Amino acid sequence: MAGLIQEASPTTGDEVITNYTINFGPQHPAAHGVLRMVMELDGEIIERIDPHVGLLHRGTEKLIEYKTYLQALPYFDRLDYCSPLGMEHSYVLAIEKLLNLEVPLRGQYLRVLFAELTRICNHMLNLGSHVMDVGAMTPNLWLFEVREDCLNFFERMSGARMHHAWFRPGGVHQDVPLKLLTDIGDWLDTRLPRLFEDAMSLVIDNRIFKQRNVDIAVVSKEDAVAWGFSGPMIRASGIPWDLRKSQPYDVYDRMDFEVPVGTNGDCYDRFMVRVEEVRQSARIMKQCLREMPEGPVASTDRKVVPPKRAEMKQSMEALIHHFKLYTEGFHVPAGEVYVATESPKGEFGVYLVSDGSNKPYRCKIRPTAFSHLQAMDFMSKGHMLPDTTAILSAIDVVFGECDR
Amino acid sequence: MATVLHSAPRFASSEGVRETLAAALGDMLLASKERHGEVVFGVERERIEDALRLLRDEHDYQQLMEIAGVDYPDREERFEVVYMLLSLTKNHRIMVKVRAAENTPVPTVTTLWPVAGWLEREVFDLYGVIFEGNTDLRRILTDYGFEGFPFRKDFPLTGYQELRYSEEEKRVVYEPVELPQDFRTFEFTSPWEGADYPLPGDEKAAMPQVVEVKTTEAPKQTGSNAKTNAKAAEKVAPAPRKTATKEPRAPEPTEDRPAKAPRKGKSAGTKAATQPKPRTRRKKTDGDS
Repeated sequence: MAGLIQEASPTTGDEVITNYTINFGPQHPAAHGVLRMVMELDGEIIERIDPHVGLLHRGTEKLIEYKTYLQALPYFDRLDYCSPLGMEHSYVLAIEKLLNLEVPLRGQYLRVLFAELTRICNHMLNLGSHVMDVGAMTPNLWLFEVREDCLNFFERMSGARMHHAWFRPGGVHQDVPLKLLTDIGDWLDTRLPRLFEDAMSLVIDNRIFKQRNVDIAVVSKEDAVAWGFSGPMIRASGIPWDLRKSQPYDVYDRMDFEVPVGTNGDCYDRFMVRVEEVRQSARIMKQCLREMPEGPVASTDRKVVPPKRAEMKQSMEALIHHFKLYTEGFHVPAGEVYVATESPKGEFGVYLVSDGSNKPYRCKIRPTAFSHLQAMDFMSKGHMLPDTTAILSAIDVVFGECDR
Repeated sequence: MATVLHSAPRFASSEGVRETLAAALGDMLLASKERHGEVVFGVERERIEDALRLLRDEHDYQQLMEIAGVDYPDREERFEVVYMLLSLTKNHRIMVKVRAAENTPVPTVTTLWPVAGWLEREVFDLYGVIFEGNTDLRRILTDYGFEGFPFRKDFPLTGYQELRYSEEEKRVVYEPVELPQDFRTFEFTSPWEGADYPLPGDEKAAMPQVVEVKTTEAPKQTGSNAKTNAKAAEKVAPAPRKTATKEPRAPEPTEDRPAKAPRKGKSAGTKAATQPKPRTRRKKTDGDS
């Protein structure tokens, strides 16, 4: 249609300006936190996206350098506040790797059990908000019901709903009551499948949901590798890479579970990978509950793990250990390790440099969202403006962790 | 390597990896080590791009997961830039390091991995390491218009600037940091574990050695003889006299307190006292409406 072709003005030589720039965020409900994206649009087509991150930068890594190893632990809860135990997991494993410290079997099972509950809890938030970002309200509310259950379990586990500080170097802080384990077992058998599958039945085959997600931001295997993808993002692109399977930590090597893989590498696949991960997490948790051995929950090496309070009241040696561990803290042998675990969002790594003192010399945190968000420009190019919310939700970005 | 007791992620064995890759890197390699189950290579700064390309293309380390900066202010080239590589096919991780100073740029690896863009920006932002060839080396995590490199060891934890919302000016204002109390650090290291201050008594170690040792050859040099013995035996103070008056003494131990007499009356049911009294219905009088 020749009539529609726009031409440069023949008389003045002025260019016809078609592109314009808009700001997405920093305060936008679909930005999942404080993200500012400077978008260059051609009509409604995205030409270029420049994400500005760091609005939530709190200097966590610097603060950790001024704290003892134990004092630094609660900072990890505050990184990705949707999956706090996933963050703690990398950190305690990094310390244990430097110390070469053995964790009792019950401690490892408890860690895996609650790390998987964290994964379910995280995915409830992400799946729900993903659905809401593309226009549906109900599933989000239903999934928050499940998330509320999870948070109640966490409260019974550690006393805190969100910032647990429950994984400790050498094990976990406290044992859990038997009733909590049986309640989790009941919940996995009844409430979780009912509520979750009910909510998913509204979404998975929904025509509008598919129109908004299928074939949006397709990432090939090669691109996923080059952009440093991990977790559900790389699995959705068709690479069966799960650190729980390939580089097992704690008792994941005893667990029997499947790694879901996408076929198309689009937002819908990322969503579906997470849906299947919830089911697999429930499977792992059931196995943990079945096999959970008796015994101590933390290492009995008193140079790292403080004694029980009752013991401290009676034994002089325990009192000295308690005092030393809560003032000076323990010393970690000099060296450097990079420990990465499969957090609900992908590979969450901790590069810990120790100089042999009681404080970390350097603690570099490798966030999952940082690499994923960098690919935002590449993934959104050529898509429509409303697709950005779907792409962003499928990344599963939380700014506490991305900005540190 | 000692037996592995910890339960950190177990990737493929590092056996022989160090030798193989050291041979492959050839003269690009400066140092290599294997400790705590991590294989680390130190590489010449100018050739980091070639080294990583070699590792990516010929040794299957396909993914660059992270670039970390570390500051060692005592060193001549104070910064270390650490590249974490992951092999998806070999299921193995290695670290590659280069050293840099404030004014020595590190070649960019954005040519190899697009993900390096932001990772390099972050190291530049927080440490001030310059990456040559990175076309988008803007600050990323710190505030717009931030000055200085906050993660350097000589940058104070509290920073220099703070910001608040000013009610008068109706905008956010920047001010120099003012703390009601100084940042407190406690030195908990025990003096036996390498404290850097001298222990009391340690100053004696520096005193001059005695040249002539003092000895006593004859008994008279000791000053002990019958005369001094007699002098020592002399009583200096008289012995205390016994008096008729009774001196106060320690009190007698008190007896056990006698048991309480049993309570009079019924004490079993106090429940009634805590219950609200049943309302008695008032008689309706004429004054009530």
